[in-house]
Amino acid sequence: MPEIKVTPLGAGQDVGRSCILVSIAGKNVMLDCGMHMGYNDDRRFPDFSYITQNGRLTDFLDCVIISHFHLDHCGALPYFSEMVGYDGPIYMTHPTKAICPILLEDYRKITVDKKGETNFFTSQMIKDCMKKVVAVHLHQTVQVDEELEIKAYYAGHVLGAAMFQIKVGCESVVYTGDYNMTPDRHLGAAWIDKCRPDLLITESTYATTIRDSKRCRERDFLKKVHETVERGGKVLIPVFALGRAQELCILLETFWERMNLKAPIYFSTGLTEKANHYYKLFITWTNQKIRKTFVQRNMFEFKHIKAFDRAFADNPGPMVVFATPGMLHAGQSLQIFRKWAGNEKNMVIMPGYCVQGTVGHKILSGQRKLEMEGRQILEVKMQVEYMSFSAHADAKGIMQLIRQAEPRNVLLVHGEAKKMEFLKQKIEQEFHVSCYMPANGETTTIFTNPSIPVDISLGLLKRETAIGLLPDVKKPKLMHGTLIMKDNSFRLVSPEQALKELGLAEHQLRFTCRVHIQDPRKEHETVLRVYNHLKGVLKDYSVQHLPDGSITVESILIQATAHSEDQGTKVLLVSWTYQDEELGSYLTSLLKKGLPQ
Amino acid sequence: MLDCGLDMTSTLNFLPLPLVQSPRLSKLPGWVLKDGSTFLDKELKECSGHVFVDSVPEFCLPETELLDLSTVDVILISNYHCMMALPYITEYTGFTGTVYATEPTVQIGRLLMEELVNSIERVPKAQSASMWKNKEVQRLLPAPLKDAVEVSMWRKCYTMPEVNAALSKIQLVGYSQKIELFGAVQVTPLSSGYALGSSNWIIQSHYEKVSYVSGSSLLTTHPQPMDQASLKNSDVLILTGLTQIPTANPDGMVGEFCSNLAMTVRNGGNVLVPCYPSGVIYDLLECLYQYIDSAGLSNVPFYFISPVANSSLEFSQIFAEWLCHNKQTKVYLPEPPFPHAELIQTNKLKHYPSIHGDFSNDFKQPCVVFTGHPSLRFGDVVHFMELWGKSSLNTVIFTEPDFSYLDALAPYQPLAMKCVYCPIDTRLNFIQVSKLLKEVQPLHVVCPEQYTQPPPTQSHRTDLMIDCQPPPMSYRRAEVLTLPYKRRYEKIEIMPELADSLVPLEIKPGISLATVSAVLHTKDNKHVLQLPPKPPQPPASKKRKRVSEDVPECKPLKPLLSGSIPVEQFVQTLEKHGFSDVKVEDTAKGHIVLLQEAETLIQIEEDSTHIICDNDEPLRVKLRDLVLKFLQKF
Repeated sequence: MPEIKVTPLGAGQDVGRSCILVSIAGKNVMLDCGMHMGYNDDRRFPDFSYITQNGRLTDFLDCVIISHFHLDHCGALPYFSEMVGYDGPIYMTHPTKAICPILLEDYRKITVDKKGETNFFTSQMIKDCMKKVVAVHLHQTVQVDEELEIKAYYAGHVLGAAMFQIKVGCESVVYTGDYNMTPDRHLGAAWIDKCRPDLLITESTYATTIRDSKRCRERDFLKKVHETVERGGKVLIPVFALGRAQELCILLETFWERMNLKAPIYFSTGLTEKANHYYKLFITWTNQKIRKTFVQRNMFEFKHIKAFDRAFADNPGPMVVFATPGMLHAGQSLQIFRKWAGNEKNMVIMPGYCVQGTVGHKILSGQRKLEMEGRQILEVKMQVEYMSFSAHADAKGIMQLIRQAEPRNVLLVHGEAKKMEFLKQKIEQEFHVSCYMPANGETTTIFTNPSIPVDISLGLLKRETAIGLLPDVKKPKLMHGTLIMKDNSFRLVSPEQALKELGLAEHQLRFTCRVHIQDPRKEHETVLRVYNHLKGVLKDYSVQHLPDGSITVESILIQATAHSEDQGTKVLLVSWTYQDEELGSYLTSLLKKGLPQ
Repeated sequence: MLDCGLDMTSTLNFLPLPLVQSPRLSKLPGWVLKDGSTFLDKELKECSGHVFVDSVPEFCLPETELLDLSTVDVILISNYHCMMALPYITEYTGFTGTVYATEPTVQIGRLLMEELVNSIERVPKAQSASMWKNKEVQRLLPAPLKDAVEVSMWRKCYTMPEVNAALSKIQLVGYSQKIELFGAVQVTPLSSGYALGSSNWIIQSHYEKVSYVSGSSLLTTHPQPMDQASLKNSDVLILTGLTQIPTANPDGMVGEFCSNLAMTVRNGGNVLVPCYPSGVIYDLLECLYQYIDSAGLSNVPFYFISPVANSSLEFSQIFAEWLCHNKQTKVYLPEPPFPHAELIQTNKLKHYPSIHGDFSNDFKQPCVVFTGHPSLRFGDVVHFMELWGKSSLNTVIFTEPDFSYLDALAPYQPLAMKCVYCPIDTRLNFIQVSKLLKEVQPLHVVCPEQYTQPPPTQSHRTDLMIDCQPPPMSYRRAEVLTLPYKRRYEKIEIMPELADSLVPLEIKPGISLATVSAVLHTKDNKHVLQLPPKPPQPPASKKRKRVSEDVPECKPLKPLLSGSIPVEQFVQTLEKHGFSDVKVEDTAKGHIVLLQEAETLIQIEEDSTHIICDNDEPLRVKLRDLVLKFLQKF
């Protein structure tokens, strides 16, 4: 039986290092190629040796698909393609293709230049890797080869994020990547049509969360920032350069304007300006409101938000700083955090999910004494706030997507095992579909039962649908045809055509039964009585009395002759072909009972 | 319905709409018939020997009488020029279907419509002439008015609410997106290389493929290159929207455009470029960007005047995914794909919504003005024609190929201004067409009649027509053409349970047959075959008798039979089954088998068997089954 096999190399019961292998109808596709922010050793990249021990990856994989530019989805790509070695196609959307190399370069710089690691991918490798990328449009059907096709759907989440449908014949898988089912201040909501995939592979970061309304969270966020600034404190908001940052900038920008606030807002890293530029050029990927008004006012040109300089961190007075990276695991956000952590007037707002092992995760789980490099202990006195601005679907959103796509099976990745367990039960209860949650390296096999497409001759189909147009359409109609199987082609034709094509003659089988009835009248009178009788009984059939004295019921012929010996007995010859057997046999038994008086 | 274009050449018969009172135009004499009657002198004015209608300009609509447009389910748009009649169709014909177009097509199409509505509505004209349209009157008019077709069908411009309503019926699509229409056919837009978002369309079922190639270009300008590969294996290729100027080479024209522009400006004259607000103008600005410094034009102001100038320039920068490779690469940097962003930043290019307002303060001469409309009948261009027409220092350069420049200029004659005709039409020429057809090899080509013969003015140029084998099928306005193919197959799906129940039989080496009796379900034009439902078991006792009394409800179809019956073996089988008195007689065509005791006769021939017996059902059934053993079922 045909089957689909799924093996997560990363993101199996875990967040980070997304990398999922899918085998469908003989094609092998790798979904995402991410790194893990919680590790600095070999575990940061997926274990590609799982795919093949000694063969070339290119021979084994038909294509690689990257859902969006976050490093936990594309961070291992140059390592995978240039250091392990893969030369096949890599698919991603245009904005992802534009932004991905910049984040990769940033990641490389932090790892190699700052942390001094060697044996890491180089700038040239990033460039060479990106040459293998094929950009796709939303909803474009990309023919990877003759059988395998993929199609991208809008996923919200970040600029250019996409869900992908992978299809071979009538079997299909949808992979969501990360997605968001509610529009935010700069992006729209994820959308997919009722494509009924055999399997939906969905992220489940917020498997158990049902978030309150976005407005409330925004109000809360603004209130906290405002209060801190009012009392002269500094606010640190660790973000990733693209994504949440833009959403929160739009939020603060409009708030500052409305409240006429003077405290400076800074955005760290040189990426910002560039990042905003990407948003301007890829404005067709943002939400409807921004797209509609961009000619008059481009939302990504900020008035109140200025570039940050390292020296500003020591300035007295209130300020708000957006700094990268978002999980406080390295870079500028961590530096500023160390500077400001000791003052209880200050505040750090974590607007997104933090992976285990990062400073962000530690302070969110309540740790207030942190061991930094060189055994130094950092005491955190500043206020720590968590506010979920991550653009992931919550439990409600995940259920909504399943309702939209109507998959036959669901597989959860990119989440924590415990939470997945809960969601899995909920999905199985509500949708009555199987739900899986394999760990990394564990293979899930799903049996599909595809129907078989065949070619039906239009003549046969029209004949059948014409019957189907009769008033009683609800009643199932039996159709009869002959399936010709030849060199892998399947054609359904009418039996007559099948005979003709094969050069065979039809063999006609005919029955003629003699039915004796007692009737002293003249032959033609008997015939008339038979005719009237049949006409009365068989209301839905065409019963005809022909000039030559015979009667037809549909194609069944009835003739009457006198009995050679007994004038009072008439012999009815009822004649029909094998194809009309039911009716013929019914008629003989009917006539045998004699005529009504 | 393929495309929904508007014929705007009808406006050439009208007087221009001046933005400011024009003494010259208002003093034109009324037209007087040869017999001296003056009843038309309010409607028709004469200018340099030509007669013009003094009225709000009107447009010639697509044919709407030939068929009931409310029966049209879908309109496919190939590019933004080919959707200008949409409001007339979607708002006034009972059309309730869907329009499909790409996002740039819709956005820029909206800009073109907005500009059109704006330039007509801002010059309210009291008069609406209709007397001249009377058939009896029209007959008396001089050419070209006399020969204008379908004048009763000409309509005034639509309004913005109608434009918005029409555009709201459009469904956005992307290149290579497969769109299912009612489960019956699939349509797919492909890049056509002509303009931002311009598309060719593939309309296909599982077995037939029709390509609609309209307004395509093989030249490298700003849009994504034309997708030719996907057009292969077409049964029919409908070809239209070829270049209007097959003899002009666009590259040469651009060069001429630049040199004429530079020469005029150097001599202290102004340059007027009548143009649409999107399209070739992007390429011209890009050329000028590279050209102005080397030509010493850095201090000459370039003005782009249109109510949608700003939007057009902004929109051009955000459609990265629809641009050629070079421009896409720039966006990845990230830089704006078109260099006009830099021209604007450095103040070399300025754009204004109209000549009123800021423009009048900034206006410096000599300068270069890009503005619409290319017909010279409405829009800001009318003002510049009046302003600059009297001086031979100035030049008007025509780049848009849609209108004859001589006709466009007629109401401005006599004119001192220099006129240069540099039509830039990047669409396919006949050499490119024959290359394309060789490449994609459609079974049949369908095209407008004009393309199957040389242009009327150059009848010796047999190279200026489509040349392919088999010769193209041509069509004319309002002609019905039957496409030369017959549909023979359709896809149907066999459910797995049914597939499992089939018993294939190898008839010949490599060919197997299986008879299929199944329930056909058709939904949204998709057909599925399922196992027939099990017949409900009749309640055992009482009903049993009644079954045979019921008239059979639906007769389950019996298979056809094939093969022949070997008499000897058949007789042996009969004997084995207890018929002891079998007699065989030879006949001309076969044999007769007699079962004397049962008074039964079986005629066996090559292709038929006839069982003649008394009304003894068990006997008949027994004989039937014995016969069937020797035959194959279909």
